[in-house]
Amino acid sequence: MSAVNVYEQRPSHLDGQSPLHHAGLAELVGKGSASAGIRLRERKLLGHLVLRGDARDPSFAGGVHKACGVELPVALTLAAAGETSLQWLAPDEWLLIVPQGEEFAAEQRLRDTLGSELHYAVVNVSGGQTLLELSGENVRELLMKSTSYDVHPSQFPVGKAVGTHFAKTQLVIRHTGEDTWQLVVRRSFADYIWAWLQDAAAEYGLAVDA
Amino acid sequence: MLHIFCPHCGELRGEEEFAPAGQAHIPRPLDPAACTDEEWGDYLFFRDNPRGLHHELWLHAAGCRKYFNATRHTISYEILETYKIGEKPDVTAEAQASEKKPLAQGATA
Repeated sequence: MSAVNVYEQRPSHLDGQSPLHHAGLAELVGKGSASAGIRLRERKLLGHLVLRGDARDPSFAGGVHKACGVELPVALTLAAAGETSLQWLAPDEWLLIVPQGEEFAAEQRLRDTLGSELHYAVVNVSGGQTLLELSGENVRELLMKSTSYDVHPSQFPVGKAVGTHFAKTQLVIRHTGEDTWQLVVRRSFADYIWAWLQDAAAEYGLAVDA
Repeated sequence: MLHIFCPHCGELRGEEEFAPAGQAHIPRPLDPAACTDEEWGDYLFFRDNPRGLHHELWLHAAGCRKYFNATRHTISYEILETYKIGEKPDVTAEAQASEKKPLAQGATA
């Protein structure tokens, strides 16, 4: 166990507010057209942990695998096991997303497994970003309007995840299913991205899922 | 638009994802206190401005957010190679003078 002071940043008896709380997405559920080409769902209040360390060190890579149940993914990829996903962000940086309320336990498990000798960092960034999930047959067209990155399946297969420019700002695009894409959006940009997505999805029809 | 090969991400990305960060391979003096004012001033402020090959530091700001080095031709703006920090460039003015080398991986068309 390391000497770092780890505490529950959002105790379970407190209701959290997602970065899109003000948008009232819950009230929009079912109000979009039934044949909408794009369906949006906010995967809100998940546990986001940024993990840093040396992937070439077997004790780090092995410890992460043991603690998360997922192996460290290689560049530009995403590994998932159930609701837990681990994504490559940079050569020494990964994003671990765990279900709501499990971030404290996940961080403790990582610190217990990795010990106090290893040089690594685990930071809980759950309050700093949110995950938007887009699905539907027109999602790729929406992405093509929003980013200059090539989102064709031959270049952007399922399981790939990249940080890039999107709608004049930056975010992380994750391809999680054939017609399912996720956006990791920073808290301060969430409102802007929500506004952008509404505008960009207007021509295909937008429906909000719970 | 330039396509720049990020050696960390391992693929070509659009130039808007990158930010230039000046000349590469500038070692900090090991003992700053022992430097003359001129040496310290050279280290802090004076940079090469070559006409031709230039080794530069670039930041993949929108992607992996890591620095890497690039060899760029200042006349054509052609980026001849990119390589990680700590590695040595393959394309140098000396190497080009001795033989006409094929472009290394990471070169842009």
